[in-house]
Amino acid sequence: MKKNQDKKNRFQLEYLNSPAVDKVGVEERVARFQTRSIKDASKMQGLKMALNMIDLTTLEGKDTHGKVKQMCYKAQHLHDVLPGLPSVAAVCVYPSMVKIAKKEVAGSGVNVASVSTAFPSGQAPLEVKITDTKFAVDEGADEIDMVISRGKFLSGEYNYVFDEIAMIKEACGKARLKVILETGELATLDNVRKASDLAIYAGADFIKTSTGKIQPAATMQVTYTMLMAIKDYYDKTGIMIGMKPAGGISTSKLALHNLVMVKEVLGSAWLTNEWFRFGASSLANDVLMQIMKAETGVYQSSDYFSID
Amino acid sequence: MATKKNIPVVEWEYAPSLEGTSHIQLKKQYDLFIDGKWVKPSSGKYFQTINPANEEVLSEVAYGNEKDVDLAVKAARKAYTEVWSVMPAAERAKYIYRIARLMQERARELAVIETLDAGKTIRESRDIDVPLACNHFFYYAGWADKLEYAFPNRKVESIGVAGQIIPWNFPLLMAAWKIAPALAAGNTVVLKPAETTPLTALKLAEIIEASGLPAGVVNIVTGFGDTGAAIVNHTDVDKIAFTGSTNVGKMIQKAVAGTGKKLTLELGGKSANIIFDDAPIDQAVEGIINGIFFNQGHVCCAGSRLFVQENVADKVIAKLKDRLNSLYLGNPLDKNTDIGAINSKEQLETINKYIKIGKQEGAEMYQPSCSIPKKGFYCPPTLFTNVAQSNVIAQEEIFGPVLTIQTFRTVDEVIQKANNTPFGLAAGVWTDKGSRIFNLTTKLRAGVIWANTYNKFDPTSPFGGYKESGFGREGGLHGLSSYVKLV
Repeated sequence: MKKNQDKKNRFQLEYLNSPAVDKVGVEERVARFQTRSIKDASKMQGLKMALNMIDLTTLEGKDTHGKVKQMCYKAQHLHDVLPGLPSVAAVCVYPSMVKIAKKEVAGSGVNVASVSTAFPSGQAPLEVKITDTKFAVDEGADEIDMVISRGKFLSGEYNYVFDEIAMIKEACGKARLKVILETGELATLDNVRKASDLAIYAGADFIKTSTGKIQPAATMQVTYTMLMAIKDYYDKTGIMIGMKPAGGISTSKLALHNLVMVKEVLGSAWLTNEWFRFGASSLANDVLMQIMKAETGVYQSSDYFSID
Repeated sequence: MATKKNIPVVEWEYAPSLEGTSHIQLKKQYDLFIDGKWVKPSSGKYFQTINPANEEVLSEVAYGNEKDVDLAVKAARKAYTEVWSVMPAAERAKYIYRIARLMQERARELAVIETLDAGKTIRESRDIDVPLACNHFFYYAGWADKLEYAFPNRKVESIGVAGQIIPWNFPLLMAAWKIAPALAAGNTVVLKPAETTPLTALKLAEIIEASGLPAGVVNIVTGFGDTGAAIVNHTDVDKIAFTGSTNVGKMIQKAVAGTGKKLTLELGGKSANIIFDDAPIDQAVEGIINGIFFNQGHVCCAGSRLFVQENVADKVIAKLKDRLNSLYLGNPLDKNTDIGAINSKEQLETINKYIKIGKQEGAEMYQPSCSIPKKGFYCPPTLFTNVAQSNVIAQEEIFGPVLTIQTFRTVDEVIQKANNTPFGLAAGVWTDKGSRIFNLTTKLRAGVIWANTYNKFDPTSPFGGYKESGFGREGGLHGLSSYVKLV
């Protein structure tokens, strides 16, 4: 497996050679993913897969050690009533919470992801963003979720956006880099595609739709457009890039539709939390509710599922 | 670091999801629907109609002959003069609306029977064929009492008895395309469905019976080519509408020459789908797939000739091949199925003949590795590259899931090549440039031209061809004009 990690990554014009994206065509294609039949064993497998791909997230100004500890416990004990469930893939927190999160999930296999680069707006000088990132990595973050400079992107300074991603990548060291495009601010699918290509060529290990602070977030149209960028890059270089839709995926049904899309666009190799993640805070309980329904035959009220 | 791990790939299969057939009602034997009654064929003969997906017999259907057609035409003439042409137009509209609503109520049953009889996927018959067929009735019902507004400053009269012969690729939809405008304009109908797919037309007859439409206004006579010929040659038929092959269309045109019968023909095609280098490539690839593999390529306007600008040809072809591998071929009743069964053994043989010719001509063939059900008629989606205009497979209509791919360098070149065919039914243009779209729509000689999409149908939009693809239009106001006399 090759890595997307060329340290001397320089911006080249061909990275902007992104194909046009037709919104109507994308909508039609996406509709087809929603008609595949997922039930019984297929549904159970899909649900467990989805559970194992979740980045359980808390990104609030009012986050405290207490809140983060509780969430970390939940990440490892999703629903102890039902043995044999997987854990989530990671917990996602602010840099100041990395240390405590790291301690809480130690030895569980759950990763700690930290947002950085003046999340969510990204409106800070580059030095500050690098410091922010290095701090999170030093505190023990396994994964870094950075935001791109949308203002620079929209004003056509692609070079700046590219270099910034490349420098953050360098600051990440061994941590895997997820690049948040904040697609809700990019407005068009053409822009989403262009930003995806830029991020991938600049060294992203993952590309991610949204911060969760802006609507619309991870629509299937946007995720599809980003998956196609990943596919084209893989076909060209043989390097796998991960995908993380974040924000707006709160039901099992939508999660399963996303998995169908990943399977049909990129193939089964991407159906693991190594290459696909859901950034979500409320999805886990809906998935658990569906799993319990399948096991017991009845729906339980949300009071039977813990809300850390 | 996680990336160094070798992660085993776990396959995730969809759950088979067969649409149920317990809710449909099929009789063991169907008679002819003439003068509002179910009538035994005068020959006493019946023929079997099978499910092409598994070769099982679905039902037996009456084989109508000249005598039966004569009965049907007489019934249609009587209903025309005594009831339908003199009925207030608003009353006519009520019947047509009622047929549309009854079709909607039985949409699920119609979709399943269409899939069983024709081999098309349930996804298509459920989401496209049946809803569109209903919409044609709704649309034309609206025109019935507004004909003076449809043709301003003209006096509008109905024609009389319309003989209609429809093909097997969209059995119910074609019946709707033909019957709805005929009725709205005040004509009566004798319709013959194709011999391999008569069942939904017979279900439509049941719906028409239930709607209380006056006897004889719509008559359905099942049978083979000779049954159709009897309709064409009947002296009391005022108008012939035919959809089917160009060869049969030519025979019909000869037969009606000098008889004063009005004629519309919707025949074959070899439509060009043109991809420019600035096109939204991934959506264009989807459009190509949809353009040629929709209904297993049994579509008269199928985008069967692909023209790709040479500088993106490798990319487009690689993406097409890749996409073919994610198509599901199999039981048409399964909701996951993308590609269903070929309509008949005969058609499968025709398609295979052309695939053989393509290989002999030196074109390079590509088919994905997909498992083909043992019983039934199936053909994997097929691409041919290294094709020239001079290849037989690029010239003749194959009417199956076979795409020929040619490259071009300039706009003028592709216009010439796209027009260099005896047909002219449809074309597709894929580009991000609006001005280029308008340039091509004026220069391509085809009845329908889609831009950045393909195979889109709507009752309000006329459909029909240039050259050997036929004449006359169906759908929209143009479709109505084929069923009226303007004085």
